[in-house]
Amino acid sequence: MPAVTAPEKAPRGASVMPDTPGWARWANDHRKWLFAAPAMVFVAALIIFPLAWTAYLSLTDSAGSVRADSEFIGFRNYVEVLTDTDRFWPAVGRTAAFTGAALFFEVVLGMAIALLLWRPFRGEKWVRVAILLPLVATPVAVGMMWRLIFDPNIGLANQALSWVGIGPQPWLAGQHTALPTTIFIDIWQWTPMVVLILLAGLTSLSDEPQEAAMIDGASAWQRFRHVTLPLLMPTVIVAVLLRGIDALKTFDILYATKGRGGGSFHEVETLNVYAYGLSFDYNEYGLSSTVLILFFLIIIGSMWALTARRKGAGR
Amino acid sequence: MVAAVTLSACGGGGDSGASDTVRVTLVNHVWTENIRQALPEFEKATGLKVEVTQLGEDQLSDQYNVKLNAGSRDIDVMMYRPLQEGQLFAKNKYLADLTDRAKESADFGLDDFQASPLGATTYEDKVVGIPIITEQQVLYYRKDLLEKSGFSAPPQTLDELKTQAAKIKADNPGVAGFVSRTGKAAAVTQFSSFLFSFGGDFVDDSGKAAVNTDAAKQAYAYYGELLREHGPANISTDMSWSEAMAIFTQGQAAFYTEANSLYKNATDPAKSKVSESVGFAPFPAGPAGSKPYNIPSWALAVNEASENQSNAWKFIEWAAGKEQTLEQQKAGVPGARASVWENPEGIATYPQDMADAITVSLANGVGHDRPVVERVAQAREIVGQPIVDAITGKDAAASADAANEGFQKFLDDEAR
Repeated sequence: MPAVTAPEKAPRGASVMPDTPGWARWANDHRKWLFAAPAMVFVAALIIFPLAWTAYLSLTDSAGSVRADSEFIGFRNYVEVLTDTDRFWPAVGRTAAFTGAALFFEVVLGMAIALLLWRPFRGEKWVRVAILLPLVATPVAVGMMWRLIFDPNIGLANQALSWVGIGPQPWLAGQHTALPTTIFIDIWQWTPMVVLILLAGLTSLSDEPQEAAMIDGASAWQRFRHVTLPLLMPTVIVAVLLRGIDALKTFDILYATKGRGGGSFHEVETLNVYAYGLSFDYNEYGLSSTVLILFFLIIIGSMWALTARRKGAGR
Repeated sequence: MVAAVTLSACGGGGDSGASDTVRVTLVNHVWTENIRQALPEFEKATGLKVEVTQLGEDQLSDQYNVKLNAGSRDIDVMMYRPLQEGQLFAKNKYLADLTDRAKESADFGLDDFQASPLGATTYEDKVVGIPIITEQQVLYYRKDLLEKSGFSAPPQTLDELKTQAAKIKADNPGVAGFVSRTGKAAAVTQFSSFLFSFGGDFVDDSGKAAVNTDAAKQAYAYYGELLREHGPANISTDMSWSEAMAIFTQGQAAFYTEANSLYKNATDPAKSKVSESVGFAPFPAGPAGSKPYNIPSWALAVNEASENQSNAWKFIEWAAGKEQTLEQQKAGVPGARASVWENPEGIATYPQDMADAITVSLANGVGHDRPVVERVAQAREIVGQPIVDAITGKDAAASADAANEGFQKFLDDEAR
């Protein structure tokens, strides 16, 4: 078919024979839209529509049932949420703490493990498989498993501590230990993903700068600090970006371990858990949408900041 | 596709889409297990097919939230909690009016239902649900542990409960004297009997918040101290009935206050290590006497958006009918029909001490176990805060004052 193979730059309709029907000519003229249409419809239906609907709901007092009458109340929900120092701001703090701490340890540990796995060694394959195992487990199952391990009375964790003479810890049950414990679970599950990304980055580095540094007499630490790390920086930022967005949005582990509201004192209530509670426990759809829109803006903001860094590092 | 869109545009429900398949959503419960076993009988008699979806409480709630909100027609019969979601669902018009169907059915006998449970499933004078399970709070206890510590009878009063719990904990290292729900929202219903027995309630006669009265403060302090001093070590403040029941059935606690409808979990040897030694007693008396709750915990309703309402009613007519209710009652699920309690067969299978305990509860019971409001989940979190504060050793009285203020604000907001 000459129409399809026609060169991209050909003037409109020039390659189509004069006797082709009108629709074929139209289709040919607009083929870049035509081919992209299914994907665009998909995005519109599944991303743009829900987002726009949530944004609309956030400006109403919708509660009880989304089909019930609701009033347009402008930005009153935003004022209410942004001045809420009881639930909203602590949730923002917990989201930041959870993401920051999890991300920090995941990247540091991930880097260390990736460096260990970088050079070939015996049994390498098995070690790699073992390290990747947590990654393939379902988060809810992971949550349930750790919940059993961390049970203050019958859990394995306290059992193990008692062997070395340390008294039982409350873990997930404690008001101040719950959040660190969930951070630990997140690190356990997601460090392998960071390892995977960093390892891919390491493998693609060429050996020459390393050899040059070695000849210049650089120590292992110096080679890592001044050669490997700068070269690997773009990959590190990709890992931080991917993992960071995911960590911000964590829900499954928190819900599986502490349930609704993130525990009786909202110990692990992040923005996601809070928004879920607002809509599923309280049926406050307007407020819940407001929290979700604000959360969305936070994610977009942090993503933008990181991408800007990445461009800076790539230069 | 076009047909479906047109139909949904018509809205409403009724029998426009009558089908031989009745889609029923039920919660994980002994009642559900029993009804599933009896289903073939119903299917044979009516020629209908029943499709059961069975979920845990929280998942069920979420499912209703999503589906009923969307006006989904793929639920015909729904099992719901009249005191938790009843008002909200009825106000949102999720529940079909069953008054005429129930009154017209000859064998069903709507007047056989106890007044208080039926009242909880009636909204603006319309029957929107049929209560199927009632619950009374009783005291579960371990006969062997009591005997070992030299107590010949279970506690009659809350003071005795504390004394016995303390002694048993001291006599048996690793065993708690007392356990019960500790989660902020989950504990509210089981705490209610303590509140009532101290002479309090969530709201007073004039409809004002009353969770900081002297009685309420004493109740919070008592419940918190009982768990803090005599409960399991490292007590979690997230426990609902399944966690608390696990501690009791693993033999790690002597006393446990809980709904009687869950008693099979403790007496079934497959689920419980203490099935041989578990005993039941009426809720111990406080300063205001023994005042446990006596409430309809679950009911059946028809989804207003369902197009299969006649067949949906047929299922309810059978599942909540006299015969099935008696069968359920015999299998250990307390029913809401007066006839099953009057029938000697109805309580013959209960452990004798359980039957006695229930009799006391039926006589003195209070008809609610949580604030009677529309947004129950939120209210439970507010009035539940002093419970967890008391358990963790914070100032329960101050917390009750704060909760009362919040609760009054909530009530004002809801009245608007």
